[in-house]
Amino acid sequence: MKPKAKIKESAMGALFFVCGAISVVCVLVITVYLIVAGLPAIQEIGIIPFLTGTEWSSTAAEPKFGILPFILTTVWGTLGAALIGVPVGVLTAIYLSKMAPRRMADALRMGVQLLAGIPSVVYGLVGMTILVPGMMQWFNLSNGTCLLAAILVLAVMILPTVVSVSETALDAVPREYEEASMALGATQTETVFQVSLRAAKGGIASGIVLGIGRAVGEAMAVIMVAGNVANMPGLFKSVTFLTTAVAKEMSYASGLQREALFSIALVLFCFVMLMNILLNCVIKKRGTK
Amino acid sequence: MKPDRQLFSTVRAVRSAVLRACVYLCALLTAGLLLGILGYVLFKGVPHLTWELLSGKPSVIKGTIGILPNIINTLYLIVFTLLVALPLGVGAAIYLTEYATNRKLISVIEFACETLAGLPSILYGLVGMLFFAQMLGFQTSLLAGGCTLVVMILPTIIRTTQESLKTVPEGYRHGSLSLGSGKWHMIRTVVLPCAMDGVVSGCILSVGRILGESAALLFTAGVGTVIATDIISAFQVSGGSLSVALYIYVSERGEFDVGFAIAVLLVVLALIVNTSAKAAKDYFRKRTGVS
Amino acid sequence: MSYIIEAKQLHLYYGSMHALKGIDMNIQERKVTALIGPSGCGKSTFLKTLNRMNDLVEGLRLEGQVLYRGNDIYAPGTDVTQLRKNVGMVFQKPNPFPMSIYDNIAYGPRLHGVRKKSQLDEIVEESLRGAAIWDEVKDRLKKSALGMSGGQQQRLCIARALAVKPDVLLMDEPTSALDPISTAKVEELVTELKNNYTIVLVTHNMQQATRVSDQTAFFLLGELVEFDDTEKIFSMPKEKRTEEYITGRFG
Repeated sequence: MKPKAKIKESAMGALFFVCGAISVVCVLVITVYLIVAGLPAIQEIGIIPFLTGTEWSSTAAEPKFGILPFILTTVWGTLGAALIGVPVGVLTAIYLSKMAPRRMADALRMGVQLLAGIPSVVYGLVGMTILVPGMMQWFNLSNGTCLLAAILVLAVMILPTVVSVSETALDAVPREYEEASMALGATQTETVFQVSLRAAKGGIASGIVLGIGRAVGEAMAVIMVAGNVANMPGLFKSVTFLTTAVAKEMSYASGLQREALFSIALVLFCFVMLMNILLNCVIKKRGTK
Repeated sequence: MKPDRQLFSTVRAVRSAVLRACVYLCALLTAGLLLGILGYVLFKGVPHLTWELLSGKPSVIKGTIGILPNIINTLYLIVFTLLVALPLGVGAAIYLTEYATNRKLISVIEFACETLAGLPSILYGLVGMLFFAQMLGFQTSLLAGGCTLVVMILPTIIRTTQESLKTVPEGYRHGSLSLGSGKWHMIRTVVLPCAMDGVVSGCILSVGRILGESAALLFTAGVGTVIATDIISAFQVSGGSLSVALYIYVSERGEFDVGFAIAVLLVVLALIVNTSAKAAKDYFRKRTGVS
Repeated sequence: MSYIIEAKQLHLYYGSMHALKGIDMNIQERKVTALIGPSGCGKSTFLKTLNRMNDLVEGLRLEGQVLYRGNDIYAPGTDVTQLRKNVGMVFQKPNPFPMSIYDNIAYGPRLHGVRKKSQLDEIVEESLRGAAIWDEVKDRLKKSALGMSGGQQQRLCIARALAVKPDVLLMDEPTSALDPISTAKVEELVTELKNNYTIVLVTHNMQQATRVSDQTAFFLLGELVEFDDTEKIFSMPKEKRTEEYITGRFG
């Protein structure tokens, strides 16, 4: 090879390496920034009062920075969304994968993909104009913005993730398993629920974790329907999630309040990393089996 | 024994029927949700989607509302983000599949991509604000917003490109190398053209993500509605995308009609993105003859 | 003499393809019946019509009758799950469920209403013994079935089929994915099983047919060319086409 060509070759190699390294650098930068920005307030407030304080009044004369309400709201809100969204999603995936006529399945699959593509602000808008007034009417509340409304919006938002990941997992179940079950005298429904679902449980689990991850991180749809008051969670109370606490106050916060918001972001980051680790465990467990 | 059998097979039949009914019900619910949301948004939004709204600027003095600046900002963001992220993402995918030999390094990079893909957009918004807007001095501007989006969509492009690079048969590479071409030449002439489907679908997915993004842009690109005179200055000032504008109009100004009009626009765009993703997939499948 | 399974003028179509052309065949109880013939001759298709596993195929049409103990299994109102319980099946590729060995065997009995642990334990042991694999797996019943060797997996699948106490066992090339030693074990098992079960076996391997079967049916292009005692088929076939096939001139 000519020397010039050789230089070009190694230059391109180096260039690609840089591209490959960028994502690692990004993760490091994000992590470092979140820690550096998030730690001072935690140090000042103290980690225990910060995490377990039940009162958040950042703009009061004597500000209080306890984020337990946000943490619990995020936990309950996410679990609630999963409780509704996961069964509906998994059963829809079963329909798509095992029971639907082909054309019907194609149409519904397109629809689910579209649900995934609808921006979160649109979900927020629809929630705001249907669910919030609906809550007031159905449950006789003076204010319709509440945890339940947020849960319902989040349930719809995680649906596409759960459906498509579960469907992929169900499609991958070897046909032989199902044949064997039918040959033993199982009906199609029994086969799906007792064999296919069990065989696909790893994939379905990762779909659920991905969906939950999406719910934990969602901010804009929730901010529009949850009311954004720092209450301890209750189905019919206005509440603030970790994400919405940040999004709501960041535009005007300063000083310790602003630093505390970064600390909330750090807590959220830890949540998400935990979900990632969980997801990796789920996938690994599948790999070794 | 006999009546027992009978009873049990009835129980079985009922149980199967109930489970089946649940499955149908959930599928129906999903379909109903989709149609309901679409129908509702279209019903509420289409009447307000006027030419004045699409082509006008908001002005407090004249009392007008227009989303032209937001449309332009969104376009700028899409073009800028793809221009920057595409080479980086494709390069990273090439590194992972063609160059990297160290398994540990590969898994570190892949883990980093997964992490990036899983981060909530609000965190991108915060770090983007700290890093691009403040640390690098971009201020709250389209540039800062675009840079944040680049990081966000990088994993998407890397993953789709990498997946299609993996499907390029090893024989093609060996064939090219055995004719004496260098590695980069081999990649450029043989491997990349075969992996175009992944690159294109990565782009389409990214456009969808950018269109829908709001939390990450709120603190980085801001909410500005000024139409700049040239591209350079456009990127130096704050500019709200369509999604951000929807949020602002609805939450802070209570302009639900405008909100629904923007929602119609966003839903239609999402539909276009989805359809073109499918069309691209079909096109490439037909061309390569892989089913 | 009455037969356990009788096919009468059985025609089967996949879309426009005529896959079985007027099969008349009577299968004797507690005998091993081998179905031989070149690939695509319809022998597997025929086997699957016997417990209606073909129902899963789209665009399938069927004429004629299949009688199991005198009842037409394609008559409306037939309980297909009950039929498949009575007429069990073992597949070409071993297909244990991704569950423990115990759960694999217990799957069928549970389906058909056995709930008691003691009763299940009994069935599991009995079935595994019946498939001559009990001694190999009795210490790891709770382990995943996917960790077994191919031959063990196939015998496990036979045990799983036995666990629902079938009457007839259909085997679709049960040894084609196995090594010679495992094949020998399965063949030995088949000859033992015929004391209690009626076995219909599809095979590509003519030696296997001579080793294990009492009767042999030769299929070609969707037709049943010849059906007789195995000895006769392989020593003095009546049909020229049969002779050509078994002497290896085509197929």
